Amino acid sequence: MNFPFLTLIIFIPLVGAIIIALIPRNREREIKWFSVIVSLFPLVLSIVVWVLFKVGGGMQFVDEALWIPTLDVYYRVGVDGISVPMVFLTTLLTTLSLFYSAYTIKVRVKEFFALFLLLEMGMIGVFLALDLVLFYFFWEIGLVPMFLLIGIWGQPKDRPQYSAIKFFLYTLVGSVAMLLAFIGIYLTSGTWNILEIPLVGPLADNPALAVAAFWAIFLAFAIKVPMWPFHTWLPDAHTAAPTAGSVILAGVLLKLGGYGFIRILLPFFPVLFKQFAPFIGIIALISMIYGALVSMAQWDLKRLIAYSSVSHMGFFTLGLVAASATLNTAEPVLNSRAIALDGAVLQMFNHGIITGGLFFLVGVIYERTHTCDLKAFGGLSAKLPVYYGVMLMTALASLGLPGLAGFISEFMVFRGAFAIMPTYAIIGVIAIVLGAAYILWKIIQYIFLGEFSKEKWSAIFDPEHWHFSLDMARFEIVTMVPLLFFMLLVGIYPAPILNVINAASTALLSGLL
Amino acid sequence: MDFFFNLAPLAILVPLLMFAAIILFTHPNNRLSSSLAIGGIAFSTIISWGIVLATILSGEHIWEETWQISIPWLPAGTSVLWIGLEVDSLTAAMLFMVPFVCMLIFIYSQGYMNLGKPNQDPRYSRFFAYISLFAAGMIGLVLSGSLLLLFIFWELMGLCSYLLIGFWSFRDRDTEDHIDEAQVKRARAAALKAFLTTRIGDVLLFSGMVLLWAYTGTLNFSEIFQPEVLEHLAEITIWGLPAATVIALLVFGGAVGKSAQFPLHVWLPDAMEGPTPVSALIHAATMVAAGVYLVARTYPLFVAGSVAGDGSVLAVVAVIGAITAFFGATIGLAQNDIKRVLAYSTISQLGYMMMALGIGAYVAAVFHLLTHAFFKALLFLGSGSVIHGVEHGHHEIAHHSDHHGDDDFNPNDMKTMGGLRHRMPRTFWTYIIGTLALVGWLPFAGFWSKDEILGEAFHLWREGGTFSLPLWVWLAGTLGALITALYMGRQIGLVFWGEPRHGAAEHAHESPHSMTTPLIVLAIFAVIGGLANLPSNVPLVGGELHHFIGEVHEVSEVVHSEALALNAIVAGLSTVLAVGGLIFGWAIYRNYRVGEVEPFQRWLGPVFTLLKNKYYVDELYRAVFIRPTVWLADISFRFDTGVIDYLVNLVGRVTRVVADFGGVFDAKVIDSTLVDGTGKVTNSFGGWLRQTQTGRVQNYVLVIAVTVLLLLGLYLYL
Repeated sequence: MNFPFLTLIIFIPLVGAIIIALIPRNREREIKWFSVIVSLFPLVLSIVVWVLFKVGGGMQFVDEALWIPTLDVYYRVGVDGISVPMVFLTTLLTTLSLFYSAYTIKVRVKEFFALFLLLEMGMIGVFLALDLVLFYFFWEIGLVPMFLLIGIWGQPKDRPQYSAIKFFLYTLVGSVAMLLAFIGIYLTSGTWNILEIPLVGPLADNPALAVAAFWAIFLAFAIKVPMWPFHTWLPDAHTAAPTAGSVILAGVLLKLGGYGFIRILLPFFPVLFKQFAPFIGIIALISMIYGALVSMAQWDLKRLIAYSSVSHMGFFTLGLVAASATLNTAEPVLNSRAIALDGAVLQMFNHGIITGGLFFLVGVIYERTHTCDLKAFGGLSAKLPVYYGVMLMTALASLGLPGLAGFISEFMVFRGAFAIMPTYAIIGVIAIVLGAAYILWKIIQYIFLGEFSKEKWSAIFDPEHWHFSLDMARFEIVTMVPLLFFMLLVGIYPAPILNVINAASTALLSGLL
Repeated sequence: MDFFFNLAPLAILVPLLMFAAIILFTHPNNRLSSSLAIGGIAFSTIISWGIVLATILSGEHIWEETWQISIPWLPAGTSVLWIGLEVDSLTAAMLFMVPFVCMLIFIYSQGYMNLGKPNQDPRYSRFFAYISLFAAGMIGLVLSGSLLLLFIFWELMGLCSYLLIGFWSFRDRDTEDHIDEAQVKRARAAALKAFLTTRIGDVLLFSGMVLLWAYTGTLNFSEIFQPEVLEHLAEITIWGLPAATVIALLVFGGAVGKSAQFPLHVWLPDAMEGPTPVSALIHAATMVAAGVYLVARTYPLFVAGSVAGDGSVLAVVAVIGAITAFFGATIGLAQNDIKRVLAYSTISQLGYMMMALGIGAYVAAVFHLLTHAFFKALLFLGSGSVIHGVEHGHHEIAHHSDHHGDDDFNPNDMKTMGGLRHRMPRTFWTYIIGTLALVGWLPFAGFWSKDEILGEAFHLWREGGTFSLPLWVWLAGTLGALITALYMGRQIGLVFWGEPRHGAAEHAHESPHSMTTPLIVLAIFAVIGGLANLPSNVPLVGGELHHFIGEVHEVSEVVHSEALALNAIVAGLSTVLAVGGLIFGWAIYRNYRVGEVEPFQRWLGPVFTLLKNKYYVDELYRAVFIRPTVWLADISFRFDTGVIDYLVNLVGRVTRVVADFGGVFDAKVIDSTLVDGTGKVTNSFGGWLRQTQTGRVQNYVLVIAVTVLLLLGLYLYL
């Protein structure tokens, strides 16, 4: 048996969480730094996995063991080029979140850090699971810590209990539907193995049931992504969640849905996916444009970014739809589909680092002023130039400025979409213009430009409660630097990450032809 | 000669590096920061001119075999997209102008931002960082051998434009009172407007680029412009049109945004809120010409799109250009802000270039782009020098009279100037040269380039039909030339002649040498620039530019790569209009007095009001696009909370009601009625039954006796 990289990545956080449970709760410092160090192990291991990963080599680092013999359930994990970037994204954002939280979490420290590690285990498990039961198991495990993070450490004025319960129940509704579909698939195909089921063609003899299973699974993932109209849990969850919770929520949790689409729904039901593509494409367009419009109408920074996630994940969906839809060009079929899927996967990665970064940056002003009201600020760039620079760069990455990460994935998504469904694509570009509008008009203009006045600032800023520098503190800069680095790297030279993704998505799609 | 070509990437990277160095490290040291920026751009200029020289020396060879480097950049599906740099003679022509003009403006900026003076701009280093980044973007754009790389630099410049227009869009109210509140608001709005307006064009270009990649599998110019690729593009259709036509139109959309052509021209005048060197560099000489360059660079696509679509694409280019050239100039007649007049002039001149491209006079367009860059940079820097001088005058009087009551003084207002020719002689003389070049007096640069455009149009009209498109282009251009002369006459009359109309103008004095020296250098080019491309009937030097760039693109029946001879009718008419217009404008405005109704307003009446308000286009857009979008955003948000989220909560609430009902049902029906009821019934039945258990033997015997009798009777009966 090979060295169990993936198993270690999944379970080291669990071990860490258990050890934290044993540390006395008054040793806050030790708890904080211990959990940061624990989270470095999966991070380093995921980098090692990326380095050792053979591009185009299919599923690798597979660990396998029989888990529940009576039900034929296996513990089976593995990575391909689509999951490698996702796992790295998860471990990176978790470490940064823990590091950031070490400075900002003041209450119930022990529970917070233990739960956070538990959350990491759940998320990574989803990206690695190759067995439907295992997938479902991790999918549900991630729910509980996030529910508690929002409910306990949420901002009291933003109804944390309501938001947490809404988040939990909404996701659960989808999961239950998904579980039923999984069981149905198992009963007809005789296996839980995610890689084998597409070869069997689940529910092939019962089209009506296949359609029902398709939409049941679709619902679970669509809620998580979230697609319009299943998105309203997201703004509430984001507004209430603590900074690190928002980062993980936007950065990783939404990707679980996207990953599910690619790993499960598309390979299981390629024909149905193709059949419903025009309809799902419309949902994607609505998510993109409607999300951007609603974003433009917000006055709460967190809510604004939450809606922008709806819009940006709509780009992902458009890429996904293009990858699955009919072709009508003279070009080789596979090429455009693969490019669209590359764009979709990269869009998830980019959205993770960019929007994760944006939520950290919201944390910068929130920790100082305890408000996210855009109208409360103005002219900050005169006083906090470093913050302005970092925010501007992240915001520009978000609006898709070439040279930064967001552009590459938009470019590829639209490349696929214009070749395959040009009318959808030309409507979709409206969202790019609107994206620039809400980012520059709302975020940059209201917070950073205009007049900085002492009176307005002292009404929200209380130096008594802030012990770091006025401009970005060192720990905040350290948190942002890795994210800025990846925004630039992917924007300037995307080949390293795209090689990995591209080989996997080409292989995935050519298996479906 | 490959030596300079191989250094080409450094021409981009060095200014980029200077940007990073200033932003990250050297910004506390102003002098070092600006020295780095100037050093960087000087280095790029040397390399660029080396490339120009190498290109000229390689002669005809460069047409067949351009210099290229490329790298695999984007693994995509079953293919890999390459990007790279390419130098052909069109690139070289641009490279002659771009870094050099940048360098002059960098030097000028040192003086303009008052290096080392007490009133030095506090954001001095930041300014040089931004313009370095811009220079890298513009040089990169020119050197790009791939539409994708071009687009990347294109957007990078858009960002710099945004940052520099908004250079004064924020302030600390307590410490930065050299920026006033109104200026902050204007700069903030202008930056946003510029970015979003050009973003519309950029998204069209983006779409065109993506389609091009989808249909050809490449974005490298040299591969796209292969005849078989262009033919393929002309054959396939999308939305019922030839793909080449659709793509060319989308690409042109990008050019319309960047080069401030109608209907996306509205951002450029407002962009004058940026520091004046920026107006000269970005919003006159280089970036706004990038749209024209883009069309020139992708010209084969336009030709293919036109041939496939019955000449439609180039006709669109020509019509948009002509409309912009004429209407832009008319607005310039009625503006009072010295920079805004020049901004509308820029819009109008870019229109000339576009219409030249539209009628196939591709060399003339590039020629005008180059000459315009020099003389318009000169005019903007001259206007900056004027404003600088007037501001100093204003400080002086404010200082002497101890009152700051004159707060709404606007140093850009031409009507408060006057008589500056005595106080700022170097600025004055160079400004006049720039004016003559713009208006097109013989033998200044602008005469030759503008005249070539008009000559081409005239020539095509004679060849084509009576009412063919070139006639309208020629008419728009010729009328535009007259109006150009009028607004420039008005401007120099108001600024330099007459008596000072304000104390500030009276106390104005000449700008430092760091500012006036670049003016003089630019003035030299404004005088001799025409030599680059004299008409073909001039011996020895005629038609040089035609020889140089004429055959960059495959010759097609639509493109006129041959130089024309000087046409006496065209040249004569435009000279009469230019001389007459300028002198007329100057004569009626030089003695204008404050408070008078100005002559044009007297004669034009309501038309003047229309022009002053820029045809109310801003108001129209606000009503038709901006307000509805904001309204739609609000409505969407209300829908989101009022309908979608309401439904979500409703489901939750209904579930709770059902649950509550279940609870009640459980307690009342199942528990109290059924479960407890069964018990109660049993209980009461038992209670009733209990009454039979009396404990008296007589009762029991009686029951037994009755039962026995009944059973006996039953038995007998049966």
